[in-house]
Amino acid sequence: MKPEAPSDLLVISSSPHAHCGESVTRIMLDVVIALMPAFAMSLWLFQWQALRLAAVCVAACLLTEWLCRRAMRRASSLSDGSAVITGLLLAFNLPPALPTWMAVAGSVFAIAVAKQVFGGLGYNPFNPALAGRAFMLISFTGAMTTWSRSPWIQKVAYAAGSATTQATEVAVDAMTAATPLGFAKEALKAGAPMPLFSDLALLKDFFLGNVNGCIGETSAAALLLGAAYLLIRRVITWHIPVAYLATVFAYAAILHLVAPGTSLPPHVHLLSGGLLLGAFFMATDMVTSPLTRRGMLVFGVGCGVITMLIRTVKTGAYPEGVSFAILIMNAFTPLINRATRNRVFGTKKECARS
Amino acid sequence: MDPITTSTLCIGGIGLASAAALAVAEKYLSVPQDPRIGKVTEMLPGANCGGCGYAGCADYARAIVADNAECNLCAPGGPACAQAIAAFLGRAAAAMERRVAIVLCCGDDTEALRRAAYNGIADCAAAQATAGGDKGCAYGCLGYGSCARVCPVNAIRIANGIAKVDKALCIACGKCVAACPRKLIKLVPAAAEIHVLCSSKDKGPAVKKVCGTGCIGCRICTKLADGAITMDGFLAVVDYAKPLTNEETVAKCPGHCIRKDAPPPTPNS
Amino acid sequence: MATIPSPHTFRGGIHPAYNKALAAAAPIRELPLPARLTVPMSQHLGAPAKPVVKAGDTVAGGQLVAEAAGFISAPVHAPAAGKVVAIEETLTASGRACAAVVIETAPEQVWQPLPTFPEWRFTDAKQLIEHIGAAGVVGMGGAGFPTRVKLSPPSDKPIDTVILNGAECEPYLTSDHRMMLEHAAEIRIGAEIIRHILGARSLRIAIEDNKPDAIAAMEKAFQDTDGDVAVTVLRTSYPQGSEKQQIFSVTGREVPRGGLPMDVGCVVENVSTAFAVFDAVVNGRPLVRRVITVTGDAIAQPANLLAPCGTLYSDLVAACGGVAGQAAKVISGGPMMGFAVSSLAVPTGKTASGLLLLSPKKISDFSSQACIACGRCVDACPMRLSPAELSQCIEADDIDGAEPLALMDCIECGSCAFVCPARRPLVHHMRRGKAVVMARRAAAKKTP
Repeated sequence: MKPEAPSDLLVISSSPHAHCGESVTRIMLDVVIALMPAFAMSLWLFQWQALRLAAVCVAACLLTEWLCRRAMRRASSLSDGSAVITGLLLAFNLPPALPTWMAVAGSVFAIAVAKQVFGGLGYNPFNPALAGRAFMLISFTGAMTTWSRSPWIQKVAYAAGSATTQATEVAVDAMTAATPLGFAKEALKAGAPMPLFSDLALLKDFFLGNVNGCIGETSAAALLLGAAYLLIRRVITWHIPVAYLATVFAYAAILHLVAPGTSLPPHVHLLSGGLLLGAFFMATDMVTSPLTRRGMLVFGVGCGVITMLIRTVKTGAYPEGVSFAILIMNAFTPLINRATRNRVFGTKKECARS
Repeated sequence: MDPITTSTLCIGGIGLASAAALAVAEKYLSVPQDPRIGKVTEMLPGANCGGCGYAGCADYARAIVADNAECNLCAPGGPACAQAIAAFLGRAAAAMERRVAIVLCCGDDTEALRRAAYNGIADCAAAQATAGGDKGCAYGCLGYGSCARVCPVNAIRIANGIAKVDKALCIACGKCVAACPRKLIKLVPAAAEIHVLCSSKDKGPAVKKVCGTGCIGCRICTKLADGAITMDGFLAVVDYAKPLTNEETVAKCPGHCIRKDAPPPTPNS
Repeated sequence: MATIPSPHTFRGGIHPAYNKALAAAAPIRELPLPARLTVPMSQHLGAPAKPVVKAGDTVAGGQLVAEAAGFISAPVHAPAAGKVVAIEETLTASGRACAAVVIETAPEQVWQPLPTFPEWRFTDAKQLIEHIGAAGVVGMGGAGFPTRVKLSPPSDKPIDTVILNGAECEPYLTSDHRMMLEHAAEIRIGAEIIRHILGARSLRIAIEDNKPDAIAAMEKAFQDTDGDVAVTVLRTSYPQGSEKQQIFSVTGREVPRGGLPMDVGCVVENVSTAFAVFDAVVNGRPLVRRVITVTGDAIAQPANLLAPCGTLYSDLVAACGGVAGQAAKVISGGPMMGFAVSSLAVPTGKTASGLLLLSPKKISDFSSQACIACGRCVDACPMRLSPAELSQCIEADDIDGAEPLALMDCIECGSCAFVCPARRPLVHHMRRGKAVVMARRAAAKKTP
């Protein structure tokens, strides 16, 4: 017979007994909030295509997450919100006209293979959204690099066409499949002159996102607004994005000084492709980036160098390298963590001696 | 040469060269070892549980052959294994009795109180270090499974807040004995069926306050057990060196902490 | 005498809600003598004291009831006159069981004082150290390291700076704060005795800048002190009160790994310890009582009580108007490093600086999720460790992997767990890992 228990048991736990109140769900919510300006811009630019892709990816990610957790007999992890972010980021990395079933396939891969197979949030070595995108880029190369027309095309064709007739042909070719970077790569391969994008009106298009590209990556202004929110809320620190962007800028600036005819100016590199989206929202993914500030700087620099290598090496197949750069650096994260641990308090002399 | 031939030749060549290197190494660099060690290793069950006190089966085999260690230390192998090794080495087969681990507490969450709500990591030592643990009884099983985690054969289950050893699976390696911060687990002869499943040294009233199945120190069992149960302070303790078969000890225990093992399942069921 | 801002601040640390206003304004009040005292034998770091009385004995206040049981140990005295009714096991605040001398206090209080040293300036340091040891004085900041040991560094480790720790960086607690306001003169004499014993050139009084009144009180008390004396104003940051971090903030010196403050020529003493030194040397009173802050949102009247060591927490709660609403968690000490207790039937000791009662809405649940590697614990750790990696090693029972990551350097300040968004019980993991390493080291020592 069980003795009678006191009614209210006191909670016992190890110290500390206080907590700052932050939670994983809150962090994920902040990231979703920070992605909203870019989402709004994508709705304006690509209209229902953007809505379709975002809805499909988020729904497929959530469903896959739920199914995986059930299959593994683990507690549901839908409430942490990470699957929503994976879905949104994956959608942001897709071209507007992509068939729905492909978006579903990418989402399933991102959650099931890149995340849950490793044990779910916290255990995935690679950013799930980027792994999903890499999977799609390799599996559906054609569909993943087909861009719908935008008023931007005519302007570039005009700007380049005014130089030489050869470039006009390239530009016309590019009309079917060209982002600014894709166009630059084609020009590089063909030995055609680079468009300089020095026109202020074009820069405005870059800022607003009126260029060809994936649905969430085109508008620099919206992405920077979201990034500012993340920095103010201290969800991310400046280290990865600044190191990343500074490296890209420096690399591009040097290249442009050495070979102005065959390279884009650095500001165009910063504003084009998925760089801003990648630097602020994907390279900063906590799980797959280093722990220490120094490690984050190394990580950012590595991302920058790899991005620029992929973008500017003539023989490379891809015009854009942000996804692969971040994925490659994800693989180095454990190594960076090992190499950049803080100096333990009280080991000053040991460091000086060795 | 076309690329397929080139790569086939390259890979094949590397394979051949490596195989040759391995063959040479096997012949000239091998460390001579008593061949009996390998044989004895094969006779051991290969569980590598460490219950014998050596670092795995191979190390134990080396100790038997080279250091003349006793050949009846392997609990998983049991008497058959000990006899086989003894026969192989031409030594006298030492007697061996199968032992199993038992958790000397039956105060599960239906019967025993928790005195606090524990919010921490699932580890008994960690729980014990947090305000002395959340179990009402300072001696009882905390049920956070430190023993189950170290068991190499998954013989321990946490059920209703306490640990239980599956007698059929236990190989008596002793790892759980060392893992329990409250020293509740003992290795006992597998033949013994009646146990005092309580470790509380508190006086009767104190035990009753926190647990419905604790030893209250009434001594009734000592009179029925013919010397096989003795008192350690206020706690009845089974002396496993003596036979204990009187089932009245079970029936008459007012604390309901003397229990008989459930009969083992018949092989064909 | 000067007031200077601290020249450095340790890296890392956190800014918890301090909640000090609950009790900061409450003057120290003497607790009416409880009818029964449960005096634990383990009120300090090191071996528990050995009782020298037995049940039935009559003791006077201040009489020795247990003697030190080793070099790192301290004697225990009767906090009040009365009759020893039992020597029984009790659960202490830290969760460990130890023997306790239970005294039924007498209505007529007789006091048996120790010798006094009013002329301490002309007394040999050795004699004073012995006296302080015999008075059972231990560090009152939390660890309870015997002061006698701290005051006798080997001759090859000269001490040039004594730091008086008035940081009180733990949220909620105000006992040191009140001591500085109400007993500034006594603390000054205690500090000077310590400085005299150690022959230290410099004396620093370290106080966080969130206690301007304490800074003013200390400035006033120390204004005509000779030599290199200064109040060092620390930036408010947890854990400024931690010995190693405080030495760095005040002097810029880093205590080497595995070393002691004396390795960098420093000794840190809590302000309450300085008061206890004064009390022992000048008044001949052993350390048998202390000020304890009883606070939290589940206590009716938060207060700073002067209570005998051995008072049950239930007596303290009763003296503060009882529980307000429901107490879901009772913590001995502050919320960052204090110990949760499972009942109020736990006695206070020399190191008990606070008793915190929290209502259900104030307690934080540490329902561990997987680490998301955000790195906030790495930024917060004042020892510059990597709690994220350490906790994952320990969780996977890879203690050998955790040890080279400086597991044993963890000071258990709780900064990492405080900031962890996945609410991982990081300190609990560290404690478990450290306990395993300690057990292994002890076993290795036994079997050479």
